[in-house]
Amino acid sequence: MSEDSEKTETPGPAQRVSSYFFLIIFITLILSFAALGFAYNSFVTENNAFLAAIFLIIGFVGVSFSTYMLLQTRRRVMQLSLEIPPVLTTITCQKCDFKNQREFERGDFIFKEAGPCPKCNNKLLISAIYREVKEKPKKEIF
Amino acid sequence: MIPQAAQFGTDPIGIIFQVIFTLVFVVFIFYGQRIQMYVMLREVETSLLRLKYIRDEGRKTAIETIKELGKPAADPTQRVDQFLEYIAIPPEAMDPAGVVWKLEHILDVQDTRLKDEVTLMAPQATSAQINNLETSLEIAIGLNIIYKVIRHYYMLGKKTWSLYVIMQIQMILPLIMREAEAYAAALKAATLGQPWGDGAGQLVAGKLIYGHEQRKIEKDYLVSTIQIEGRTVHVLKGEGPGGSVGKPGEAIRQVIEENNGKITSIIIIDAVQKLEGEKPGEVAEGIGVAIGGPGVDQFKVEEELVKYKIPVNAVVIKEDVGDAVSPMRKEVFDAVDTTIERVKRVIMERTKEGDAVIVAGIGNTIGIGQ
Repeated sequence: MSEDSEKTETPGPAQRVSSYFFLIIFITLILSFAALGFAYNSFVTENNAFLAAIFLIIGFVGVSFSTYMLLQTRRRVMQLSLEIPPVLTTITCQKCDFKNQREFERGDFIFKEAGPCPKCNNKLLISAIYREVKEKPKKEIF
Repeated sequence: MIPQAAQFGTDPIGIIFQVIFTLVFVVFIFYGQRIQMYVMLREVETSLLRLKYIRDEGRKTAIETIKELGKPAADPTQRVDQFLEYIAIPPEAMDPAGVVWKLEHILDVQDTRLKDEVTLMAPQATSAQINNLETSLEIAIGLNIIYKVIRHYYMLGKKTWSLYVIMQIQMILPLIMREAEAYAAALKAATLGQPWGDGAGQLVAGKLIYGHEQRKIEKDYLVSTIQIEGRTVHVLKGEGPGGSVGKPGEAIRQVIEENNGKITSIIIIDAVQKLEGEKPGEVAEGIGVAIGGPGVDQFKVEEELVKYKIPVNAVVIKEDVGDAVSPMRKEVFDAVDTTIERVKRVIMERTKEGDAVIVAGIGNTIGIGQ
């Protein structure tokens, strides 16, 4: 474990985005743009629609592939974080209608007494601790 | 390819394309499987990287919390690292008779050992904090095991170039990743002492006994006797707010024995894993001993039920496996009041005035007092 922990500081093989990898993407991108240029040239100056179509396809495939690879690299870096959902603590008065909601603090627990009520001076209680998950509305068939 | 060749004829571009297609065809015939393995290994490698990150974050969080709450004299890092390699060997089950008691013993020894270790690491932590730290370290151990097992199969796959080794791990990886993400959320919640979705059953019991006299019974459990519509209801709740599941089986057995088996009905409330498509916080009723875990508690309760012929009811709150070990969702929290109503309805329908009933809350009682 300790050996592994030391290694944590240096990025692993998947984490390290190789400069060769970037070079390949860069060359592919240049060649793709060149293909698009050839396509234009073939169509306008040489009037060869068939050749232009081939170069156009090669160019588009190359640009799409390079962009996809670049986006993948970025997504991999973005995924390396842990999402901590916000948790809310609700404090209510046992006698009156006083209610307060704030962010969770260490030491909070459900049924914990939380001092006197500012309205009626009665006992305040932590009545709820939960997190709210905001999910995008999905079109459900089943 | 033949029509293509005919189409391209002797055109140099046509010949180039013909050669490229032929090469691709030949490469895929001989190296198709290897390319597939490369892709799968790459996928496993990416997930492994994330698992490593989660494991290291878990370890870091555990160490920081121990330092913050326990204020140890020495740096606990080395001890935590040793702790993460901790193993518990289950009993041999070739002759299954009596294996439950052996397993219970092993679990008891493990619990005592973990608690002692945590107390040594965090001498100034309160008992609730020690329970939370113990839970956090148990999760950190789980994350470490997940990472190491996946790494083992990844390296084995790379070493042997066996499609089946790589394929197996790649196929179950999405489920493992979901579990690891859930553990990561659980670890953070445990260090902060936030209530988990798993504690929904305990929260139901807590709401029933709040303000009533309580007494301590078997390990980490409390019992409170209340009256509901003329019935005597013994409500069992794990002692919170520290993280613990206690021994509900032993607690229920003890209350049954105290009442000489004169219990009309037992109602067990627990959180259960929902199926995809079901909504979190759905409440369902049924029969049976709804106690998860290694099975020791379920076995003990079932033994008592058979001995005294006591009917057992279950009221369960459905939630995702990730929600069970992360801070309680609002939907699950809201389902607690519905569950109380269902429990009261079961009591009214299944028992008559003067009867004695046991209502037991099951789950981790972290962040839930009484």
